[in-house]
Amino acid sequence: MTRTLRIGDQVVLDRERLAGLFEAIRKLGYVVHGPILSDGAIVLGPIESDRDLPIGWRDRQDAGTYRLERREDDAVFGYAVGPHSWKRLLFPPKRSLWRAEREGARFHLLPIVEDTPKLALFGVRPCEMAAIRVQDRVLANGQYQDSNYASRRRQAFVVVADCHEPGGGCFCASLGTGPTEQGEGWDLAMTEILQGRHRFLVRAGSSKGLDVLRALPWTETSPADLQAAERQRQRALRRMGRRMNPEGAKELLYQAASDNHWDEIAQRCLMCGNCTMACPTCFCVTVVDRTSLDGSQTERERVWDSCFSLEFSYIHGGSVRFSPYARYRHWMTHKLASWQDQFGTMGCVGCGRCIVWCPVGIDITEELETFRSRVGGNREAVR
Amino acid sequence: MATSIELTQAARDPMIPVPYVVERFLRETNDTFSLELEPFDPTYELAFRPGQFNMLYVFGVGEVPISISGDATDTKRLVHTTREVGVVTRAMRNLKAGHTIGARGPFGTSWPMEEAKGHDVVLVAGGIGLAPLRPALYWILRNRDEYGKVVLLYGTRSPEDILYSKELAKWRSQFDLEVHITVDRATTEWRGNVGVVTKLVGRAPFDPTDTVAMVCGPEIMMRFAVEELTKRGVAEANIYVSMERNMKCGVGLCGHCQLRGEFVCKDGPVYRYDLIEPLFVEREL
Ligand SMILES: Cc1cc2nc3c(=O)[nH]c(=O)nc-3n(C[C@H](O)[C@H](O)[C@H](O)COP(=O)(O)OP(=O)(O)OC[C@H]3O[C@@H](n4cnc5c(N)ncnc54)[C@H](O)[C@@H]3O)c2cc1C
Ligand code: SF4
Ligand code: SF4
Ligand code: FES
Repeated sequence: MTRTLRIGDQVVLDRERLAGLFEAIRKLGYVVHGPILSDGAIVLGPIESDRDLPIGWRDRQDAGTYRLERREDDAVFGYAVGPHSWKRLLFPPKRSLWRAEREGARFHLLPIVEDTPKLALFGVRPCEMAAIRVQDRVLANGQYQDSNYASRRRQAFVVVADCHEPGGGCFCASLGTGPTEQGEGWDLAMTEILQGRHRFLVRAGSSKGLDVLRALPWTETSPADLQAAERQRQRALRRMGRRMNPEGAKELLYQAASDNHWDEIAQRCLMCGNCTMACPTCFCVTVVDRTSLDGSQTERERVWDSCFSLEFSYIHGGSVRFSPYARYRHWMTHKLASWQDQFGTMGCVGCGRCIVWCPVGIDITEELETFRSRVGGNREAVR
Repeated sequence: MATSIELTQAARDPMIPVPYVVERFLRETNDTFSLELEPFDPTYELAFRPGQFNMLYVFGVGEVPISISGDATDTKRLVHTTREVGVVTRAMRNLKAGHTIGARGPFGTSWPMEEAKGHDVVLVAGGIGLAPLRPALYWILRNRDEYGKVVLLYGTRSPEDILYSKELAKWRSQFDLEVHITVDRATTEWRGNVGVVTKLVGRAPFDPTDTVAMVCGPEIMMRFAVEELTKRGVAEANIYVSMERNMKCGVGLCGHCQLRGEFVCKDGPVYRYDLIEPLFVEREL
């Protein structure tokens, strides 16, 4: 430790020093959340130290299937992504907006006094970092803001971890969102190296991250470290379960609006909405009013919602997207096409969750290719 | 007890309603009524543009999008005209003077009052669709010499369903405004037109090559209105329609109002027809 570390400098942290990283983050007042084992899946939860991580586990994923297996090594990040995404923490499934109290014929609106938690997100995969950037655009950078999201996000300390064990549903490489493309928006980025001495390459992406890293017993990287990281990256790229060709997806799906293949997908789709709940970018919400039995108090909550329900598009006279095909079409077209018109980016980051957690294994990458192959072909009107 | 939320307009969370007092409840027809509202805070500024809407909240029941139907120059009162169709609008019908109602807004795009200057204007309204157009009409009448011929074409189910009948009678007697009303089903006393409102487009006195049309009503009626207007020779770029979608936030955050890439709450509800034509034509988007 002879020099002053700067943002972007890559250094080495030994596996034994990982506990120190948690301590350093917690010392700054963060509540750390990260991957944990629970009910046969790797989900997100509060973690105290490195011991809470799913050390030595991997996940096997494919369309409609997910299971955990023991690894032969003690990898800390030896799995892909689970059913939870970080939007649970930055954009909770349920949140109170305000309360109101009746007083005779009148009522008063009362604020919800809430300190947004200072969260540290530990082990965010590059695709998930990309998803957070997408939600930043949607919820924090538009004409109107979700102030709660913005405040949670602004305060969050994000530790990105490169992905070396992509799942069968993953296709981040083809979208440029992983497995090691970290992009921006994080405080620390880690690359786990299993070959030889178990260690991590660590970089700071912000001054907060730099403060943490400086407090740790880092050492300089050697060419061997970088070569090992590159080999792992290449291996991850080769093992990527799926790919998506995003080229022209917008025009393609707009043109395919009346393709009867939507009907064919709708015959398989259960309209369960699992895909929308699991997707790290889906942001749709509804509001629910909870009124006390005596009718004197009421509270409004916003809760995650899914475009697969009939109520979602209901207006007097009937739902706009009444037919199942129209609901699946809306979801997929939004992810891959109209999102681009709205936010200048795709709404999909290639995490594969919608494929893996779909009970019938509908595969967005495959459906896109089906539409591509049908351009100019069998495109008679749906009804 | 916590203090009430500050009413200062700056830094307001767009999801938190502003409390208003119902000053007057006006029954319009069998199933429609108008509410005249005043903010609790008399300094609260009520600026809106014709065509914009508010999210109206009834205590403990829910919140729905309702267009502003009053005069944009009236900075004291907020006026909304609502048709009773379901849970929230029924609860709203039971409000009386002195009750509180919440409102968030104004949201959305407005009728092309500037673009229409110097041209003939034709307003085509179906049913409750007259309510969102009334602020445009007030605007034109206050600035009458800035517009050419002005025609209002209005269709309802039956003579009893005619909204704002006193005002319409007054407007009909004015020389600077043409008002044509039609009903789907006539009663024995009805002397006027019978049939759908879109049929009036063909005979209305305006210069199609120099007209801006504003259309509001059920989607199917707007479809036919656009068809008749273009048949007369009005360019699609001079036709404006107001879209209706499920809305939970009004500010582009809940996703409910999407029409492909459009957030109807903030990119609409008023659209220049040529810009959304493909979205208007495709079913169940
Ligand atoms: C921009 C805009 C402006 C509007 N302006 C007016 C107006 O000036 N006057 C008027 O009478 N009506 C207007 N409407 C329609 C009005 O919002 C619905 O009639 C109202 O939401 C019905 O609510 P409800 O609870 O009584 O009906 P229910 O049938 O019980 O509806 C249940 C829920 O579905 C949703 N919903 C039902 N119908 C509609 C609808 N048509 N549009 C949006 N959401 C709906 C609401 O969330 C509602 O709470 C407007 C709609 C929009 C989108
Ligand atoms: S659409 Fe599917 S693959 Fe894409 S980000 Fe959402 S869940 Fe992941
Ligand atoms: S695509 Fe799959 S996960 Fe999504 S709603 Fe249909 S059945 Fe459910
Ligand atoms: S009403 Fe919520 S996004 Fe438009």
